[in-house]
Amino acid sequence: MSGFAWAFARDLRLAWRHPGETLMVVAFFVLVASLFPLGVGAEPQTLRRIGSGVIWVCALLAAFLSLSSLFASDYADGSLEQMALSPHPMAGWATGKIVAHWTATGLPLTILSPLLAMQYGLDAATLGTLAFGLVLGTPLLSLLGAACSALTLGARGGGVLLALLALPLFVPVLIFGAGAADAQASGLSPSPHLSLLAAGLIVGSMALPPAVCAALRIALD
Amino acid sequence: MSTLEIRSLACSRGDTRLFRDVSFAVAAGEWVGVRGANGSGKTTLLRCVAGLTRPDSGSVTWDGKSTSESGAQFRSAMLYAGHAAGIKDELSAAENLRDALALREAPPSDEALRESLGAVGLGRIRHIPARRLSAGQRRRIGMARLVLDPATLWILDEPLTALDSEGEAMFASLLERHLQRGGSALVATHHAIGARQAREVRLSA
Repeated sequence: MSGFAWAFARDLRLAWRHPGETLMVVAFFVLVASLFPLGVGAEPQTLRRIGSGVIWVCALLAAFLSLSSLFASDYADGSLEQMALSPHPMAGWATGKIVAHWTATGLPLTILSPLLAMQYGLDAATLGTLAFGLVLGTPLLSLLGAACSALTLGARGGGVLLALLALPLFVPVLIFGAGAADAQASGLSPSPHLSLLAAGLIVGSMALPPAVCAALRIALD
Repeated sequence: MSTLEIRSLACSRGDTRLFRDVSFAVAAGEWVGVRGANGSGKTTLLRCVAGLTRPDSGSVTWDGKSTSESGAQFRSAMLYAGHAAGIKDELSAAENLRDALALREAPPSDEALRESLGAVGLGRIRHIPARRLSAGQRRRIGMARLVLDPATLWILDEPLTALDSEGEAMFASLLERHLQRGGSALVATHHAIGARQAREVRLSA
């Protein structure tokens, strides 16, 4: 069994055993996205205009919520050093953990997003673009978040530091993701935004796992 | 047979120099104890040898090859058990053990898993979540790992903490058996261990 498969299967099993965290992330997403129409008022015009942006911000904050635990609990109970000392290369199991994190948080958010976006009266094409943008964007959020989470391991006040590090890095993903849905809604082509997101995901999936490994090595030293 | 050799190892944490010029060897079939007061750098020494912490200077070789160069080969021959045992509270003793061994590319059969957990006295409670186990029982999961893991070199940090006298005796016999099979061990401990010690490394604070 490769390190990737081991870490992926184990982290998903842990998430399944201890579903509180995943449920909290999903509940946060659903609640906040549903509170907006109540707060801003039920004017269809306004809702349609802010809809995709609100969904994206909610997804981003929900993804951020789950970041702190990505490496921290394994670091605290010594599992991380056992993984580092296993015969498997670090990039393998670290990527496995990131993919499992996305499967447990980013994927449910993406699946729920069209349903929530219907509250904002978005048309079918915009719903599709929004969901496709999230398919490309949430893995990138998990990758960026993993690098930040690994960097803040063992630091005091890690939570605040994590927010300061991760949220600015999430901004381009938010701009292009929400931009794609906006372009679609106003009758333009969303493909430039989506292409940039996809390019970001490709570059991120090449460049970020080595960065995560370097940060983990520093944390374990 | 594989020998672990440590040559003039030095390490400091921040501004504090923990130890310098530490040299010793651990040959097949012997175990070496690392002793010293609290804060003298026993754990750091073990982490340097395992490859977790980068030493300031000095070298660690296994089988004549530098451990940082041989990488995965050394890591698969070595088992490191630190203060934190890497046990997940949500999983049972059996699942924790199976995961730990699968990570080391030595997935155990169900039979072997049951037997080893029975041997360390966890047979009846192997399916309850680890969060309901006592500190000593969690240590025993680590001992079951020693039974099943094929590693030739054990690097153990305070393996006897929280164990009762029966557990201590069990550990000594495990260590004895490991040495008889040509294994070797580097153990940091304050306790006396039943098995005959080849050498002792003393660290002064």
